[in-house]
Amino acid sequence: MKITLTVNGKKYQRDASETKNLLHFLREDLGLTGTKEGCGAGECGACTVIMNGKTVNSCLILAVEANGADIMTIEGEAKNGKLSKLQVAFKKNHAVQCGFCTPGMIMSTRALLENNPKPTVEQIKQAIEGNFCRCTGYQQIIEAVQDASGQLKKKEGLKRA
Amino acid sequence: MLDNTPKKDLKYVGKDVERIDVVEKLTGQALYTADLEFAGMLHGKVLRSPHAKARIKKIDVSKAKKLVGVHAVLTGNDLDYRVGLYLVDKYILARDTIRHFGEAVAAVAAETPAIAQQALDLIEIEYEVMTPFLDPKQVFDKKAPLVHPDLGSYSYVEAVFTPVPGTNIANHTKLRKGNVEKGFKEADYVIEREYTNPNVQHVPMETHIAVGKWDTGDRITIHTSAQSPFTVRNLFAHSFKIPHCNIRVITPYLGGGFGGKAGIHLEPLCCCLSKLSGGRPVRIQATREEEFSLLPCRSGLIYNIKTGVKKNGKIVAQKMTMYWDAGAYADYAVNVTRASGFSASGPYEIENAWVDAYTVYTNKPFGTAYRGFGHVEFSWGMERHMNYVADTLGIDPLEFRKINALRPGSKTMTGEEVVANTGSVTKCMDAVAKSINYGKLTAAELAREKKTGMKIGKSVVALQKAPAMPPFTGTVMILKLNEDGSVTGSHSLTDYGMGTYTSLAQMIADVLRWPIERIRLPIENDTDRDPYDWQTVASKGLLLSGNAAILAAKDLLDKCYDVAAQALRAQKCDLDHDAEKVFVRHHPKSHVTYKQMAVGYAYPNGNAICGPIIGIGRYIAQGLTNLDKETGQGNPALDWTFGAHGLIVEVCEKTGAFNIIKVASAYDIGQVINEGSVRGQAIGGMIQGLGTAMCEGYIYNDKGQLLNPSFTDNKIPTSLDIPEEIDCIAIETPQIDGPFGARGVGEHSMIAVCGALGNAIEKATGAVLTHMPIRQENVWKALQNRSGKKAAAKAAKPAKAAKAEKPAKAAKIAKPAKAAKPSGRAKK
Repeated sequence: MKITLTVNGKKYQRDASETKNLLHFLREDLGLTGTKEGCGAGECGACTVIMNGKTVNSCLILAVEANGADIMTIEGEAKNGKLSKLQVAFKKNHAVQCGFCTPGMIMSTRALLENNPKPTVEQIKQAIEGNFCRCTGYQQIIEAVQDASGQLKKKEGLKRA
Repeated sequence: MLDNTPKKDLKYVGKDVERIDVVEKLTGQALYTADLEFAGMLHGKVLRSPHAKARIKKIDVSKAKKLVGVHAVLTGNDLDYRVGLYLVDKYILARDTIRHFGEAVAAVAAETPAIAQQALDLIEIEYEVMTPFLDPKQVFDKKAPLVHPDLGSYSYVEAVFTPVPGTNIANHTKLRKGNVEKGFKEADYVIEREYTNPNVQHVPMETHIAVGKWDTGDRITIHTSAQSPFTVRNLFAHSFKIPHCNIRVITPYLGGGFGGKAGIHLEPLCCCLSKLSGGRPVRIQATREEEFSLLPCRSGLIYNIKTGVKKNGKIVAQKMTMYWDAGAYADYAVNVTRASGFSASGPYEIENAWVDAYTVYTNKPFGTAYRGFGHVEFSWGMERHMNYVADTLGIDPLEFRKINALRPGSKTMTGEEVVANTGSVTKCMDAVAKSINYGKLTAAELAREKKTGMKIGKSVVALQKAPAMPPFTGTVMILKLNEDGSVTGSHSLTDYGMGTYTSLAQMIADVLRWPIERIRLPIENDTDRDPYDWQTVASKGLLLSGNAAILAAKDLLDKCYDVAAQALRAQKCDLDHDAEKVFVRHHPKSHVTYKQMAVGYAYPNGNAICGPIIGIGRYIAQGLTNLDKETGQGNPALDWTFGAHGLIVEVCEKTGAFNIIKVASAYDIGQVINEGSVRGQAIGGMIQGLGTAMCEGYIYNDKGQLLNPSFTDNKIPTSLDIPEEIDCIAIETPQIDGPFGARGVGEHSMIAVCGALGNAIEKATGAVLTHMPIRQENVWKALQNRSGKKAAAKAAKPAKAAKAEKPAKAAKIAKPAKAAKPSGRAKK
């Protein structure tokens, strides 16, 4: 089926197989490999993208369902070669280790901050509950989101006895 | 220490430096193996066994072969190759015999994943299902079916391991220190209990993936999500008898590993399918379900500890028996058994110690390295046991730990002497005890108890680990000076998330006195381009590669000084350097810039000298020995990193629900290299440890079939599961041979936190837990089993316990409640 959709502000038109999910469509048909596959079953959140303003697991959406949709992926976060404020906060606060969950994490927290510019710690935790991270233990990601929303009073650090 | 730069001159070491690989990861531009495309690439898929043990009576692949779009179909009959690092016991595809649920039986390569799946569905197999061997405790039952009847014919590293042919024992590690029977005779109490752990999955967010290409003339190219490219190359070369130089292994960005991507996995199968497809690249990407049983997990453990202790709290004898549930293949489990065997007492001095550690073959998915390498599993038992013994004696558990803690002058279980620079486990315990206000509840905590109706408990546990590696483990760093005076490094430690590359860059920058931006360490590794490293495992990377990096930077400078000495007509000893140039110390205007030297220094008239500059640093672990096979004595440890966790939990006595209020962790890491990375390792590992403690673990039916191979049924911690408060503390007792005094901490944060949770729950409620994980229902059951309210927590008083006969041993993994009964036994 022929579909038209907007991804990161750019319009695409493609023939999409009815059995292909949005994740594979983005990765294989559009070459946007920043969005990752962690489970293919909607459990881990590595494939999170923003579709019409809401976060979705792109492995659970068929490409044909995205016909006419406005989609944002990790490739749309940095603008003109410059990291966004959110990305800078992740960078500063050591919120990235292996990086495989990071694109999904950025998408989920981007959507959170757009709807709620000053989220509480509890709200941040809820916003990323569906995004598994096996490396960081989440704490530095939460701090990064606090920082991006201007709420981190002082950078959390290691105590040195 | 190889570098003696005064601390005040360090611009990067010890500071909070941003990761050097963070921008590409934040933008989605970092390329992982799954993101790579290759011309003509085919898609491989694997057919897995639904049975734990079976004989393949018939396998018919003719229909699959005929399907349009299929290029290769393989079964075990086609592949007479075994692979293995320490014990070569595994075929690439099962031949005749199925040994575990999920084992690879056949594989296909096709033009699309859908065609490959269709082809798998067309393969017809007849199995004769057999009775599996599932309980490692039955290892001495002579009638037990053998998982590997041919064990006696397998090759293995004879200097280190001891398989017992004719049994299911893949390895028996022994440790004998002092005289354990004499020690028990001197003891006032002898206290014994058993602790168990299930299989656990690593869960890297990136599943295993490899793309293999086997060209005519036996030239092999492999792109893979492996932690250790050189080990993949080495094992591949050995299995297929192909020269190392014909095999090229490339590791792109890696999405986590945790030990599960050490060794060799999907690579041989991809390559064999490629060969059969005429050299087209074949990719196999494991599904999340396949991660649980096609690929390896962490071995289970049944751990029996018998402790002889004096009334004053000094442990005088300890007998430790480990039954490692290795699953169907034991290549890595034998080494987990060895490493945990020599370390099984935890960070405590045991004068008279006896360890029997058995690697037991069972018909289950097989075990491999997993962050902590056996220490997470045995520390669960050991740290629970320390509290049990302390409670029996009526000594505070922290005090009891301190009485027995390793300290300068102590001998480890292998007879190694602890010195002041080894580090201090006591300092770690004190730091976390202070952080959680150990030993009392604060006014706020009492108020919280009143408000919630839940009980609050606190605990402190201690931990230690040395890298488990061969005594000859070495590495190299090469630094190439670029035309503009920047430097590009080449080495083969991989960075699958830990941040080691950033730490190495910091060290190089400080030795060179350059801005870190001028140092590039490419994240991708390539065995054709980069020099040898054994593996990226065991928390040895920072120390070994750090030293190699310092030596390489010094060598680079030395070569620059050589050029400058000639160009400036000065002695090398009169030279100094800064970020831009090498200059004459008493006449800085007389200088040569790195730019001028990079590709060969040219005099004004055009004469040139020396050529392009590279620095090389080689480093190998020093003074290590193999352990004596009968006594386990020797020097296995590159370094010991000590640590401690303090944990506060609140528990609902009605439902068994619990919340972790706070975890404080301290590690003696010698010298902080990167504050943010240390904290990241500390928190990340601790939460991964809490996953093991709270919710993760394989569940089988009685036929050995895995029932929970998914995130739905095998939960891992989410953001909602982390403690309300987290505190990370670094103690810095410099390691003499550590780079800037540093030692590794990658695995340690995961160790012992399970025991901390079990101990805090017992402290809060008296519920006695001896099996991991501690799910809410386990706590509830243990609460029901509290014999006479909190009797269990206080354990048997010596007088009463004296009547107890043989210690009640824990029955089975599935019945933690039974194990919970006090089995303390006092003499006299």
